[in-house]
Amino acid sequence: MKSFEYAAPSTLKEATALLSDKWGETEILAGGTDLVTSLKQYLTTPSRIVSLRNISELKGIQTAGKAVRIGATTTLGELAGDKAVKEHFPALVTAAEGVGSPQLLSVGTTGGDLCQRSRCWYFRNGFGLFGKEGSTSLVREGDNRYHAIFGNDGEALFVSPSSLGPALIALDATLVVVGPKEKKRKIAAAEFFQTPKTASERETALKPNEILAEIEIPLRGLKNATYEVRHRHGLDWPYATASVAFEIKGGMASNARVVLGQVAPVPWSAVGAAKTLSGAKIDAALAAKCGEAASQGAKPLSKNGYKIQLVKAAVKRAVTAAAAA
Amino acid sequence: MAKVDWPAADKRALIGKRISRADGPVKATGAAKYSYDVNRPGLLYAKLVWSPYARAEVVSVDTGPAAALPGVKAVWKDDTLIGKEVNFAGQILAAVAAQTEEIAAEAARRVKVEYKPLEHQVRDDDPALSQGNPDKREDGNVDDALAKAEVVVNGRYSIPVIAHCCLEPHGQVTEIRDGELYVWPSTQNVSGYADRSLAEATEIPQNKIHVDCQYMGGGFGSKFGVDKWGTIGAALSKQTGRPVKLMLDRDLELMIAGNRPSAHAAVKVGASKDGTLTAIDAEIWGTAGMGGTLPRDFPYIFTKIPNNRRVVKRIQAHRGSARAWRAPNHPQLCFLTMSALADMAAGLKMDELEFFLKNLQFVDPKMGGGRAPEVYAEELRIAADLIGYKQKAHPRGDPSSGPIKRGLGMALHTWGGQGHASECDVTISPDGSVEAKLGSQDLGTGARTCVGIVVAETLGLPLNGVKVEIGKNDYPKSGGSGGSTTIGGVSVSSRQAATAVLNELLAKVAPRLGVEPDALEARAGEIRVTADPGKKISWKEACATLGVMPVTKRGVNTPGESLNAGLISQGVGGVQMADVAVDIETGIVTINEMVAVQDCGLIIDLKTAESQVYGALIMGITYALFEEAVYDPKTGRMLNADMEFYRLAGIKDVGKLKVHMMTGKGYDDRGVIGLGEPPVISPGAAIANAVANAIGVRAPHLPLTPDRVLAVLQKGGATA
Repeated sequence: MKSFEYAAPSTLKEATALLSDKWGETEILAGGTDLVTSLKQYLTTPSRIVSLRNISELKGIQTAGKAVRIGATTTLGELAGDKAVKEHFPALVTAAEGVGSPQLLSVGTTGGDLCQRSRCWYFRNGFGLFGKEGSTSLVREGDNRYHAIFGNDGEALFVSPSSLGPALIALDATLVVVGPKEKKRKIAAAEFFQTPKTASERETALKPNEILAEIEIPLRGLKNATYEVRHRHGLDWPYATASVAFEIKGGMASNARVVLGQVAPVPWSAVGAAKTLSGAKIDAALAAKCGEAASQGAKPLSKNGYKIQLVKAAVKRAVTAAAAA
Repeated sequence: MAKVDWPAADKRALIGKRISRADGPVKATGAAKYSYDVNRPGLLYAKLVWSPYARAEVVSVDTGPAAALPGVKAVWKDDTLIGKEVNFAGQILAAVAAQTEEIAAEAARRVKVEYKPLEHQVRDDDPALSQGNPDKREDGNVDDALAKAEVVVNGRYSIPVIAHCCLEPHGQVTEIRDGELYVWPSTQNVSGYADRSLAEATEIPQNKIHVDCQYMGGGFGSKFGVDKWGTIGAALSKQTGRPVKLMLDRDLELMIAGNRPSAHAAVKVGASKDGTLTAIDAEIWGTAGMGGTLPRDFPYIFTKIPNNRRVVKRIQAHRGSARAWRAPNHPQLCFLTMSALADMAAGLKMDELEFFLKNLQFVDPKMGGGRAPEVYAEELRIAADLIGYKQKAHPRGDPSSGPIKRGLGMALHTWGGQGHASECDVTISPDGSVEAKLGSQDLGTGARTCVGIVVAETLGLPLNGVKVEIGKNDYPKSGGSGGSTTIGGVSVSSRQAATAVLNELLAKVAPRLGVEPDALEARAGEIRVTADPGKKISWKEACATLGVMPVTKRGVNTPGESLNAGLISQGVGGVQMADVAVDIETGIVTINEMVAVQDCGLIIDLKTAESQVYGALIMGITYALFEEAVYDPKTGRMLNADMEFYRLAGIKDVGKLKVHMMTGKGYDDRGVIGLGEPPVISPGAAIANAVANAIGVRAPHLPLTPDRVLAVLQKGGATA
């Protein structure tokens, strides 16, 4: 990796002041599980790295009023082990535990999971975020078995690797980001993930000099669950995931969310699938119907058509698990 | 040379018992230093510059910008490649040595290489891509036999190129002191490592090259030679006068330091209605990258099927060359043969176990068919009992409802495993301490422990009464650890050395006990009169009779002689069965259980032998379910040269493993035979057959990932 200056300030104010307003000039270090690899791969060559390790206000989980607030540098292990999170948000626990490796659970952070870069193998092999050589899309013409089946009309064909994103969107979470001079912005989780229009953009709504500080999840008594289709049980990416959340009143579901992971450049809200649940009694047939609906509109590339079936299975199983929770 | 044999079963104090490996604690605590861990004073770190193109002309290489970076101490480039072609991605062109690993990596990026990219070809899935004349062999008349066969089954199968993926990558530390070269390589070949390429790279004669490899993190057939990185490291040490550590990064390790050839095949099998095989025919194609041997000895094990033919078509691809991968080419041939035969059993609507038992008549050890049919029959019955075959077996396609389908499958394998040439010195000191020394290596197999067991058994001592020194080429020469040849080699040489040195000791002790030396035996820490065990002296007292000088004797294993004497032999047979669950809604295959039944002659240490088999099952499950080198036809690059998408099984992925070693009469009396290769041969075939049995349709391409399983289910398999 290229040499860089390292700063570990103790306040958000100092930290944001150390960040450049241009992508790539500075990078934020939390757990480092993605950043260090990216530095070694020369995907980024910042002149300064700002570590969040000494900023105590970014740590910990609190239940206050009608919300659970999760500090961005809370580790995935702390998140999955938290009493309130376990009680209210099993969808989040499954997603965090799914990361699989004890090392990553101990070091990787909640904010880092949301901000990590694409794992597209063309990107990681130096062909840019969109995996192009000249005007040719290597992804479209090459091996796209792990790529997007939704939201792939443009040049971005990678999938969002975030494990927590789909669950947070399903749970209607809000992300708090802090910019220069402690300027706070609240972003709905669903708006946080963005499909870049050019290969030099990033995959979230964060600005280069903003830090993701906190995740707020409202306590609404939603039944919720995540199902991940994964082959290897240790450290590995799932092939497709579904996070669902809904209310049950008088035996009928309402206010449903169905969000898919690993199938689009952003966590993919399956709006049509959510509608199938509204005002209905959840049983095996409805869960299957919801899975079918979630797969509608998929546009598989040459080698990832199998993900359509995985979406159906993941949604069906997540709905069933949430209803049983 | 002392005439030796193996002790009878009732006389064995250590041999054949379950004994924990002597170096287990130092490995578990991290105290054991692997080649990668060797740090010498003033150490420099080297990084390599390699071609990102699968094929290109190298126009120029400019190391100037790298040399200018502060901290860089030396640069090297391969002048022989300038103006020539590189023909696989990862081919090494230049190197740098620097004070830190980070500076070295940055400097390597600054080396300016000008390429003229040329057209490349990295695919292996189409026989039309093959070059040269097909390698054809036919026994009998296959076309005629297939035309007459009552049942004919066609299949198309494939097993991909995979890497060795050694946990410790290839590489070494080199240091030149006082005109002598010291090398700490990660190698399978301590005695033979210091070859002429190393001498030429440093202008240091071979007899002044000292090799030291105490612990190494896996080789599997890929770590015999010095390799280009070895000569580069030594050259950088020579240039700088400083020690240099050059270990491959994971990406290069996966691209260029291994590769098992792929095998695709179209297979036709003919049989009569009673289940007797009458013909088998295969067109096989695949790639060994830029060089290496393709699988060709088809059919596997069932070599005596009356009409058999195979045509092998070689595809040269711009990829790193193949190297011997644990049981070279056997896993591929086993997978192709056993898959086709299981499909025939299904075609006949015959129980798979019954079908294999019936057709053991076509297994002939004299025709390269492995072990005798009755050995396989016995092993099949044991495996069936262990896995609960009778209770669980069903015809192809699990009839139960629900998305999880269960199935059983099996496969048979063989390997040679004759011991290699080996020399060993055993020394007894007057204080009673004992040392065995040999230029062998322990790849994690337990070789170090087994040498200790043989010497301790011979001298009537506990295992910790023997110090075993291996891993240096200054010690008596011993063969490279490949082809399951180590245990046969080192057990005989150490047995001979220990016997010879004991004879010397007994000659000194005999007068004290008033008997002839051959009336004595060494047992339980004593030298005693065999016929009158009360007449004895302790080991320590006995050794004191040596006076002031230690006694050393050398043992030599000469394979031909040991074979004739029955100390070693070759040819083992094994059977494995798999019990799998397939989720037909997701295509996820899970291993419930694997059973391995294996013979390997006289077992020196039952525990490390079983460990070999457990390890092989894990490695086999890995290539059955996860492993595949993914090459991109457009860029010619390996897309998954990392441990993220080059997947290996973890502990939760392997299910329950049961190992049964064949011992006792008919097995122990064959002498010692190697075990490294055989148990890794069958898992791919057994698991693939179990998946077909579960879902009712053949998933013909390894690894058995969800996309491949779902693809065949959508064409018609089990339904929930």
